[in-house]
Amino acid sequence: MEKPRILKNGIAIMGLVIILLYIIMIIVSSFWLPFDPSEMDVKHVLESPSFGTGHFFGTDEFGRDVLSRIMKGSSVSLIISISATALGAVFGIMMGIWAGFLGGRWDNFIMRIADIMFSFPSLLMAIFVMAVLGENTYNVIIAIGIIYIPQFARISRGAILSLKSNEFIRAARSNGAGNIYILFRHLLPNSMPPIIVQVSLSLSVAILLESSLSFLGLGVQPPEPSWGNMLSSARKVMMIAPWTAIYPGLAIITLVLGFNLLGDGLRDILDPRLRNVS
Amino acid sequence: MIRYIVKRLLSLIPVLFGVSLIIFFLVRMIPGTALEMYMGTQVEATPEQMVELQRIFGEDKPVPVLYMEWLGDIIHGDFGYSLRTGRPVFPDILSRLPLSLELTLFSLVLALMIGIPLGIVSSLHQNTFGDFISRITGLLGLSLPQFWLAALMVMAFSGFRGWIPMGNYVGFIVDPLRNLKMLFFPSLAIGIGFAAVVMRYTRNSMLEVLQQDYIRTAKAKGLKHRSVIYTHALKNAILPVITVTGFNTGYLLGGAIVIEEVFALPGIGRLSLYAIYQRDYPIIQAVVMIIATIFVVVNLITDIIYALMNPRTRLDDTTR
Repeated sequence: MEKPRILKNGIAIMGLVIILLYIIMIIVSSFWLPFDPSEMDVKHVLESPSFGTGHFFGTDEFGRDVLSRIMKGSSVSLIISISATALGAVFGIMMGIWAGFLGGRWDNFIMRIADIMFSFPSLLMAIFVMAVLGENTYNVIIAIGIIYIPQFARISRGAILSLKSNEFIRAARSNGAGNIYILFRHLLPNSMPPIIVQVSLSLSVAILLESSLSFLGLGVQPPEPSWGNMLSSARKVMMIAPWTAIYPGLAIITLVLGFNLLGDGLRDILDPRLRNVS
Repeated sequence: MIRYIVKRLLSLIPVLFGVSLIIFFLVRMIPGTALEMYMGTQVEATPEQMVELQRIFGEDKPVPVLYMEWLGDIIHGDFGYSLRTGRPVFPDILSRLPLSLELTLFSLVLALMIGIPLGIVSSLHQNTFGDFISRITGLLGLSLPQFWLAALMVMAFSGFRGWIPMGNYVGFIVDPLRNLKMLFFPSLAIGIGFAAVVMRYTRNSMLEVLQQDYIRTAKAKGLKHRSVIYTHALKNAILPVITVTGFNTGYLLGGAIVIEEVFALPGIGRLSLYAIYQRDYPIIQAVVMIIATIFVVVNLITDIIYALMNPRTRLDDTTR
């Protein structure tokens, strides 16, 4: 049997391995953590990382174990990232398909809305939506999802448009296939490659957006640990306890890098022509 | 060309109109009216005073009318009054805008200065180990949270006196050197991630151009390697880089919001964060509107520069 193409791409494998390691960590952290992530310990405040105490990544300003909080925070970050991407992808793809398939007035209308939504820099849009909805974890998902809707709409519309006039679609039509059949049997499966790449990149950007929002105090609210709000509280103590700032940051970078590597590798694998499209 | 520019300028109107609609109605979705927030729980007012206050706050009219009035006001540069300070919003924003724009521009320049040379070098050594490393580095740059980088910079360099001048912000005109010194690290924190993007685009674009026939012709007629790369290839490869650069200005401007907070710089980012914490909606409304407008205009300028440099887009446009 031939090896799946993804296993031949070094960059994609690196990404996949990183993501798998995180998934394993999340599974482990759901039933075991080195310490209770929210338990305060006044005797061990701001202890530097050491093997002796069992605090491998040190403790924060309340004596909470940094490693345990990072592990707990990883599931928060990943859940937000996956849900927001799913939200954006579902609505965006529906809008894009609708616009691309029906064309005409609908296409114009939907794409103008997307243009308007593109007029907001994404972080600003996220901050604005959080200000309107109020700060909590669910609203972070909504804020990031809203940003993704026009992106997915544009990509899926483009894919549908480039496929629509193909020979094989016309062949199917002359065989008597209906709109719905053509859409689900031919158009959707064939427009998947660019969408899959976009999903992977969206997952990475969502983690960065979530951590930025939480860092500004507009995202996940303490005491629930998230990498962003850990960094936010670390700002006050990082001069004397740099580990409180360094490790959550490294956690963000590695997971985001994992998704970026995967996305970049998938781009190579799925469609070489895509390299210059984004 | 002028027709093209005029056409693009006209296309701004519906977009900005839509932007203003979204902002206005999103702000109206916030529970509680501006007046209630202004009054808080402490102040008592007689019914007559309430009616008068409602008139001042413009809450005695239906929402569509309010929207049209707001739109009319902002066209005249009147963005209303801050709920906290009572001062007009627009002059406050205007006084903080130059810092944020300078930060954005500075980070853009740094990103191009780092990204383009790295992209060229990487493209000339395609598929070598060095190329692989530069690709990973590029992705790593994309994965860095700007605010974290900024926090690390503050942590690392605050020990060295004068590396990051602390204290009050000085404008560029007052003291250019001190101003640039103050903005260097913040701009670097914003720009590094974008340098990675620029590098990737330069590399891809160079690789594509280097495979073209005219490059082979240039080489065949005996031109020096340097001249082929830097005058023939680079000139054409740089076009897509300009486009990404322009379209990503919003990303840099968004980054400025967070970075201003970390470095305590008094730009519009910090103003809007303060406004959000304080629930000062006229300021939020105005900042979002102004940044979106800047973003849309920069995108338009990018489009026009692209069209000027690449006549093919103009042809496409007339046949569309």
